[in-house]
Amino acid sequence: MTKDILVKAIDVTKSFEAFKALDKVGMEVKRGEVACIIGPSGSGKSTFLRCINLLERMDEGAIWVNDELMGYRRDGNNLHELSDKEISRQRRRIGMVFQRFNLFPHLTAVENVMEGPIQVLGHPAAKAREEALALLARVGLGDKANHYPSELSGGQQQRVAIARAMGMQPDLILFDEPTSALDPELVSEVLDVMKDLAASGMTMIVVTHELGFARNVANTVTFMEAGKVVETGPASEVLTAPKSARTAEFIRAVHA
Amino acid sequence: MSTAETSPTTLEQKYEIAHLKLVPKRHIGRTVAAGIVLLLLAALIRAFSVGQIEWSYVSDFLFAPVILQGLVNTLVMTVAAMAIGIVLGVVVAIMRISGNPVLSWIAIGYLWLFRGAPALLQLMIWFNLALIFPTLGIPGLFEFRTVDVMTPFVAAMLGLGIQQGAYTSEVVRSGLLSVDAGQYEAARTIGMTQMKMLRRIVLPQAMRVMVPPVGNEVIGMVKLTSLASVIQFSEILHNAQVIYYANTRVLELLLVASFWYLVVVSVLSVIQQRIERYYGRGSKSIRASM
Ligand SMILES: Nc1ncnc2c1ncn2[C@@H]1O[C@H](COP(=O)(O)OP(=O)(O)OP(=O)(O)O)[C@@H](O)[C@H]1O
Ligand SMILES: [Mg+2]
Repeated sequence: MTKDILVKAIDVTKSFEAFKALDKVGMEVKRGEVACIIGPSGSGKSTFLRCINLLERMDEGAIWVNDELMGYRRDGNNLHELSDKEISRQRRRIGMVFQRFNLFPHLTAVENVMEGPIQVLGHPAAKAREEALALLARVGLGDKANHYPSELSGGQQQRVAIARAMGMQPDLILFDEPTSALDPELVSEVLDVMKDLAASGMTMIVVTHELGFARNVANTVTFMEAGKVVETGPASEVLTAPKSARTAEFIRAVHA
Repeated sequence: MSTAETSPTTLEQKYEIAHLKLVPKRHIGRTVAAGIVLLLLAALIRAFSVGQIEWSYVSDFLFAPVILQGLVNTLVMTVAAMAIGIVLGVVVAIMRISGNPVLSWIAIGYLWLFRGAPALLQLMIWFNLALIFPTLGIPGLFEFRTVDVMTPFVAAMLGLGIQQGAYTSEVVRSGLLSVDAGQYEAARTIGMTQMKMLRRIVLPQAMRVMVPPVGNEVIGMVKLTSLASVIQFSEILHNAQVIYYANTRVLELLLVASFWYLVVVSVLSVIQQRIERYYGRGSKSIRASM
């Protein structure tokens, strides 16, 4: 695999009972690029993201992140599932930002950011706090470090969640509709932070309905429907001159 | 509406009302209820003062060494049995939700067995274990006579602690279930292992739900230790009985024991409030939003 491909997914397939949520989904994301995934509700976007960081176990297919096969070890002609510990180790390199923030409510903003570096990476507390404060300042929340999540607005909570993901110094950050749970006036403060993060060279896969963000920030856009990739390509092409009629229809509907 | 009513002078008269004195409505029901309660209380106090109670015995034995020793034993037993109960409760609850069918079924079986049989009966079985197992240990390695090991203290501690673990496991399980699935996912995403996730993220949040019922169980255990008097463990009720068998002041000594139970339970209630406040940090209180 070439050095500049960070994420490679081949034929990822996943069923819930009889329902096929993902059907041979493939994807390729280069290091430092932003890939947006768009598509109607229930098309499998979240499920695909969750397969990448092993929150969901796929039935078939393979995903590599940073040249490492996710979740399995090859032994001859078999792929053996990794142990809990090894899966945790793989997950450290992949951040995730959720639609509903999922901050730890019993920890303050700065403690949320420090938790991973201290507990998982084994950093000393003083160093972790210093870095966490710097990250909070970077997302514009230097003055909220000692607030609990319940004392922050949705936009502020999501920015803390982004800082928490950055704190692990990951190779890749996954965003699952990071602005869908926000009041309209709070959307831009989160998108601005993401834009900034993209400009700093972080590789990102972003599931979003914010086509403006996709057009301005994304390198590639992938349109999914019914568990399949319908169309993928450079952002400008997919969003302005889609090849598939279904993509065009979806984009028109979102704009309406 | 007639024109006369809206003329300036009558309007002024109408708004005069704004300066009248406001009289709150009378809560007649409350007054009556308070009166009845006071009457009953007075009757009760009178009954106790004219009854055949020698109050001097109560005050004499309140701080008697035997009673205080019993109190200490009651407290030690409460702590020991509750410690066993909580450790077992946490372990069994985690086994139950682990997704491992073998562990899960062991947990269900434990709950069924030790929640099903009365605590008193379990105490008696532990205490009389020597009848079926004269010796305990691993043959060849180490062995001892059961009667030497199964003292009243050990039997009561095991009996109370193990049956308590069954109840506490259900409290812990409901605490674990109360934590949002998103919290588990966020913890996994930052690369936490299963144990670290439980210890750092899930249990601290579950505590908020668990503290009130566990506090309840600690208080219940203070009183449940009195069962151990049956197998000759010298807790406070047992020692009070020993005294009244000798001096026949039954009720006086029962009042002495009641007094100490109430003191202990009151102190525990205050401690529980403190703990609740600690684990409630970061969450808006219900009271504030009501
Ligand atoms: N744990 C699950 N059990 C059963 N079905 C599931 C589960 N998770 C997802 N699904 C189903 O899989 C399909 C894809 O779900 P997914 O959440 O990936 O869609 P999505 O594209 O993210 O949609 P949305 O835009 O609404 O978030 C849906 O039909 C959903 O009902
Ligand atoms: Mg989704």
